[in-house]
Amino acid sequence: MTRLLVGPFNRVEGDLEVTLDIDDGRVTSARVNAPMYRGFEQILQGKNPHDALVYVPRICGICSVSQSVACARALASLGGIQPPPNGQHVTNVMLATENLADHLTHFYLFFMPDFTRPVYARQPWHAEALRRFAPQTGEQTRSAIAARQRWFTLLGTLAGKWPHTQSIEAGGSTRPVEAAERIRLLAKVREFRSFLERELFAAPLELITGLDSEQALWDWHAQDPWRGDFRLFLSMVQSAGLASLGPGPGRYLSYGAYPQPGGGFEFGSGVWLASTGSLMPLDVSGIREDATHAWLSDVAGPRHPVEGITLPDIDKPDAYTWNKAPRLAGQVIETGAIARQLAAAHPLELDAVRRHGGTVYTRVLARVLELARVVPMMENWLRQLQPNAPYCVPSPAFTEGVGVGLSEAARGSLGHWVVASRGRIANYQIVAPTTWNFSPRDKAGTPGALEQALEGALVQPGEATPVSVQHIVRSFDPCMVCTVH
Amino acid sequence: MTNPAFNVLWLQSGGCGGCSMSLLCADTTDFHGHLRDAGIHLLWHPSLSLESGHELIGLLEQIVSGQVRLDALCIEGSLLRGPHGSGRFHVLAGTGIPMIHWVRQLAAQARHVVAVGSCAAWGGVTAGGSNPTDACGLQYEDDRPGGLLGSEFRSASGLPVINIAGCPTHPGWVIDSLMALASETLGDADLDTLGRPRFYADQLVHHGCTRNEYYEYKASAEKPSDLGCMMEHRGCKGTQVHADCNTRLWNGEGSCTRGGYACIACTEPGFQEPGHPFHETPKFAGIPIGLPTDMPKAWFVALASLSKSATPRRVKLNAVADHLVVAPLARKTRLK
Repeated sequence: MTRLLVGPFNRVEGDLEVTLDIDDGRVTSARVNAPMYRGFEQILQGKNPHDALVYVPRICGICSVSQSVACARALASLGGIQPPPNGQHVTNVMLATENLADHLTHFYLFFMPDFTRPVYARQPWHAEALRRFAPQTGEQTRSAIAARQRWFTLLGTLAGKWPHTQSIEAGGSTRPVEAAERIRLLAKVREFRSFLERELFAAPLELITGLDSEQALWDWHAQDPWRGDFRLFLSMVQSAGLASLGPGPGRYLSYGAYPQPGGGFEFGSGVWLASTGSLMPLDVSGIREDATHAWLSDVAGPRHPVEGITLPDIDKPDAYTWNKAPRLAGQVIETGAIARQLAAAHPLELDAVRRHGGTVYTRVLARVLELARVVPMMENWLRQLQPNAPYCVPSPAFTEGVGVGLSEAARGSLGHWVVASRGRIANYQIVAPTTWNFSPRDKAGTPGALEQALEGALVQPGEATPVSVQHIVRSFDPCMVCTVH
Repeated sequence: MTNPAFNVLWLQSGGCGGCSMSLLCADTTDFHGHLRDAGIHLLWHPSLSLESGHELIGLLEQIVSGQVRLDALCIEGSLLRGPHGSGRFHVLAGTGIPMIHWVRQLAAQARHVVAVGSCAAWGGVTAGGSNPTDACGLQYEDDRPGGLLGSEFRSASGLPVINIAGCPTHPGWVIDSLMALASETLGDADLDTLGRPRFYADQLVHHGCTRNEYYEYKASAEKPSDLGCMMEHRGCKGTQVHADCNTRLWNGEGSCTRGGYACIACTEPGFQEPGHPFHETPKFAGIPIGLPTDMPKAWFVALASLSKSATPRRVKLNAVADHLVVAPLARKTRLK
């Protein structure tokens, strides 16, 4: 057996290191380390609860709106307020803008460049991969950055700036939209739709969202296997074996995405189980964070976030990361677009996961599918904005009580728990998507989702940073700064 | 003969990655072409480079040993000195070595050292609250000179650390700074007393604020989403804060005040601990404590009370509404 220390990882958000035990060219065991700690949960202690809206977006520069939304919902729950319909719609538009930008950035800047590596030089598509996805020179890489820049002008209008907007409030949004602006915003969404339909899919979004089985997907792919970047990816799935690479734990969590004024979500909530192929109701009271293998205090054992403690303990024996190990009803969970699309019962994603499980292929498929599904929803929310109706209700003083804010970031389920006492934050705990996915072992020694997914990965002779490990890690699009906050 | 490319290495430490994500929103149709045309070569950037793991460590070692020329070391995020000066709150993955040691060694080789964002400049939000990680900036700790590299530090060019402060920093500030450095047109006189490039730090956020008519009449917003001036009640520090946010807009057409929320002074040292709730204006005897810095207080108070008494009805009503309730009159007479 040999041991390999892999890092630093790039094209992920934040800092990541993986220790691999390797036997006979396969990973037998993996330990995932987030080697940076900043301590937001300590920084927030004693603050005015409303000030959390300034601090928490700064947990993460890639999903700052997600952090803002979870915080705003935690404060709204603490203060017992409900944003008006305009506030809800426009918050959904802001969150969706960020989530889709994350999917786009992930596909073009973080995930696809690995296929330009020399290890794939013999693949028939390698020259095409280089032409499209070579970092800094690839044609599609460069046009995706330009599309992303234009896309974020939506948040210039709605959010003042991105990242780190403060327009998201517990009571809605501080930025009302005028009638003429709404028309302009719709035009910008259409511009992005046009990029996706021209470059990524080379097909109308409705054709993609209407694919209802793997058979339908592969039939469409076979019509022109390299046309559009998504179909080129599917060609790589076949020849690089991505459909069986990096299997997850088979349990998928979604808090529900894009709540609607009448109640309910655009993408529903629940825990989807591969073992039964069915969706179970969500019970967040069953969440515990286990810090046995984190450089953090674990006095009194695993705790629900309302009672959570985050205090460094850097010389703790057996610890190997700054990340805690969250568990739902004691079990390891995977979260992300794959979980949302399973909970939302999209027939293509259901069919693909039933056949292959949660793998590099089905994770990326779900993200790309969301790009196609959410853009039309955004058009719909913008159309529903009522000019001259309120966007925000005033916030109360947030003096006493407990608030919980659940949201779906691009990478999966994000929860904030706040406890206020005498007008100050007595406790604030955050469980981010990558906290779930990149969890270390728990007290029972059970590895986290990525740790499990890496077991069995191929390590080719001479590889110091195995390409299969890079694909698996990046298929989760980790956000390490959120993980350890 | 063309000049050799201007080699830039970009590393992240105790921040959120937001300045990198903001950088990609630079106003250009071809981000990489824009840099390349300016002679800028990214040796490595965490979001934009193929090289991973051992490939990057090899590059860092070559820079430290002087085999690869480093023209600008860009650091994003604050420097985590804790616990107890060990730097172990951030170990560079794959190396077992704290990031602060890497940064000291790389800074010693760099022609220029650039702090990208308020974390790298002053410590920023990471240094908030009890500052659990003992975070600081490259050459400042809030407004106190020192930081990781010390107040006497000068890079090989002779310049101190260039502080492109902001949370996040504006992509235009970064690109303009790098292009000016690459063309050797940024010198000591182009930096303000805190090491910020003066092309953006000689402006105030107040300049170009679309709420200036409300400011003139002290017609003030009272709650989130109101249209009025946010200085009197909502904590806005735009009249005191150095940045061109309202003339060089964000993401096409944004700024904090245009987004409906107060300027929190994110380009200024120590902004993360204002000593009052961010969106409330601290007052003494009903008068805001933070008044424009270059105006006698008595004059300000006198003018404010005078203009307040002269506020047009239109401005007064619109200030506390979330949309125009009274439009400017359209008179039939020709403009004079």
